[in-house]
Amino acid sequence: MTSILTNLFDGVAYGMLLFVLACGLAVTLGLMNFVNLAHGAFAMAGGYVCMVLVNRMGWPFFAALPLSFVSAAAIGIVLERTLYRHLYARSHLDQVLFTIGLTFMSVAAVDYIQGSSRVFINLPAALEGQFDLFGVGIGRYRLMIIVICGLLTIALQMVLAKTRFGSRLRAAVDDPRAASGLGINVPQVFAFTFAFGCGLAGLGGALSAEILGLDPYFPLKFMIYFLIVVTVGGSSSITGPFLASLLLGIGDVAGKYYVPKMSPFVIYTMMIVILIWRPNGLFGRTAAR
Amino acid sequence: MFERKQLTQTVSWAAAVAAIAGLAAVAPAKAEDTVKVGLILPMTGGQASTGKQIENAIKLYMQQKGDTVAGKKVEIILKDDAAIPDKTKTAAQELIVNDKVNFIAGFGVTPAALAAAPLATQAKIPEVVMAAGTSIITERSPYIVRTSFTLAQSSTIIGDWAVKNGIKKVATLTSDYAPGNDALNFFKEHFTAGGGEIVEEVKTPLANPDFAPFLQRMKDAKPDAIFVFVPAGQGGNFMKQYAERGLDKAGIKVIGPGDVTDDDLLNNMGDAVLGTVTAHIYSAAHPSQMNKDFVAAYKKAYGTRPGFMAVSGYDGIHLIYEALKKTNGDTDGTKLVEAMKGQKWESPRGPISIDPATRDIVQNVYIRKVEKVDGELYNVEFQTFEAVKDPGKTKK
Repeated sequence: MTSILTNLFDGVAYGMLLFVLACGLAVTLGLMNFVNLAHGAFAMAGGYVCMVLVNRMGWPFFAALPLSFVSAAAIGIVLERTLYRHLYARSHLDQVLFTIGLTFMSVAAVDYIQGSSRVFINLPAALEGQFDLFGVGIGRYRLMIIVICGLLTIALQMVLAKTRFGSRLRAAVDDPRAASGLGINVPQVFAFTFAFGCGLAGLGGALSAEILGLDPYFPLKFMIYFLIVVTVGGSSSITGPFLASLLLGIGDVAGKYYVPKMSPFVIYTMMIVILIWRPNGLFGRTAAR
Repeated sequence: MFERKQLTQTVSWAAAVAAIAGLAAVAPAKAEDTVKVGLILPMTGGQASTGKQIENAIKLYMQQKGDTVAGKKVEIILKDDAAIPDKTKTAAQELIVNDKVNFIAGFGVTPAALAAAPLATQAKIPEVVMAAGTSIITERSPYIVRTSFTLAQSSTIIGDWAVKNGIKKVATLTSDYAPGNDALNFFKEHFTAGGGEIVEEVKTPLANPDFAPFLQRMKDAKPDAIFVFVPAGQGGNFMKQYAERGLDKAGIKVIGPGDVTDDDLLNNMGDAVLGTVTAHIYSAAHPSQMNKDFVAAYKKAYGTRPGFMAVSGYDGIHLIYEALKKTNGDTDGTKLVEAMKGQKWESPRGPISIDPATRDIVQNVYIRKVEKVDGELYNVEFQTFEAVKDPGKTKK
């Protein structure tokens, strides 16, 4: 019984991590209808910023986390203004080719600057190890992930559903022409949203270094996971990707624990089954936009 | 006017052809005193640290010993295959056909070494394997010579050692590809033959770095030790998560072939790795004067410690030099392979030789324990098994 709970805990933590990493993509892909395969590059950028601050400059881990968000968001906004916005109106194929090119460039650049060895971020001692809660092994680091990501999710949902910005964004997505007719600055809303998504990826990258490892191939290695989360979750809300992340995280961990021989296939099998059942994702809109 | 243009065109074409012909005429004369070594390594991708170490070590060797041997200038042509066998094959073809190399060398992973094997046979030139570690490699071409190691060498020895040193129940965690399976099978055979019991066997996908659920399974199986083989780059992830899950506190030791505590990464793994016992061919802490000099020179040149891959590259280029010395600079591939067979020399890892029968390396395997020396983590050797041949071959 306790091992089930330990696995559940690990699965939730893994799922939360997937969500923070992927939800920026859910926003750009789902809300803005832009295929950004370079999403993982922003996550990697955040991870490396955190690593440099903590390991080389001696910043505390918790001070470096917000900065990895900010720097990834800043890179995002620069690229959005200079490169991405020219591609909003282009076909999905153009967007894919462009962003995958960007991914390869980021891999080569980081490889050149930092070398290809895997790096780890020096964690404060308080985050290391596990403690026992009624026989369930709770990893301190994973608990922190759950707390941070949980709070983020609630905040995100509030922003989208309750704030003026949220309603502007939804309006801009649903009908950009009518929205700009109503005086909403659509490009600005998109730029801000894009940057925020990149910031989340950066934060996710910093948080995931401990668990997934950080090296220049990060964007390529985890691209498939981001895509699975968004596909399974459906792309019209963030609740969908959130539940999808949790489901996939728990499923992946349980698969590795209970059927280790099958473990590489569990996440794909889940994806296929869910997509057969609901081709537009768990919370996908059935009607075409 | 038209004719004149045509004339100039013809003349320039003729000039170009003449120039190419001239180059071609000059080229063989130049090739006479140059020996070309085509080095195929993963310089990008997940195995890039292997490529980097080997390249560094070869550069270091050539700085120390000069780039001429037996009156010939040694030229290295480096190609990156990112550890993808298709690319290895293309690179080998280009090196052999276009660059007319006299050796192909390097090969970060087993599939890469195998992909090049038929080409070495066809071109009759030596293939010097400096990293890949499955037993079968040298059997795939009579031109393959290896200076790295085989996983069978270290896995059988740690299997024997474990069962004699109070480890009765072992859970295994190995990466699911050829070297992982070699490590697992050879360990299992020797460990169970001595009376040990395997209580849990997990093969992890090569691409997945989150070991947490696998480790949880290991922890619940309550073994005395975990036998681990993961490719060198993943060792850090594994050890960190091993500590996070509290397996060290639960008294579960880590044993294995030494890839998991590669010197390249060992120092960043944290204190949880202390006490890990592995069997391997090389430690940066190997207490010979030659190794001390080697480590110091490598550190001075590149700022990091050399790992076992660096030593394999260092010995690989040494073997190429020695073969050329023996043939007096004759670059006939068959003669070079003959010259490599039976070579014996002192390496930073200790005394090594090339088995004339299998063209595989014969070397000491050391049992080492991770300890803190001068504030840094090192694999400290405490027992030596001398002149170990590859057990993967004696079976047949």
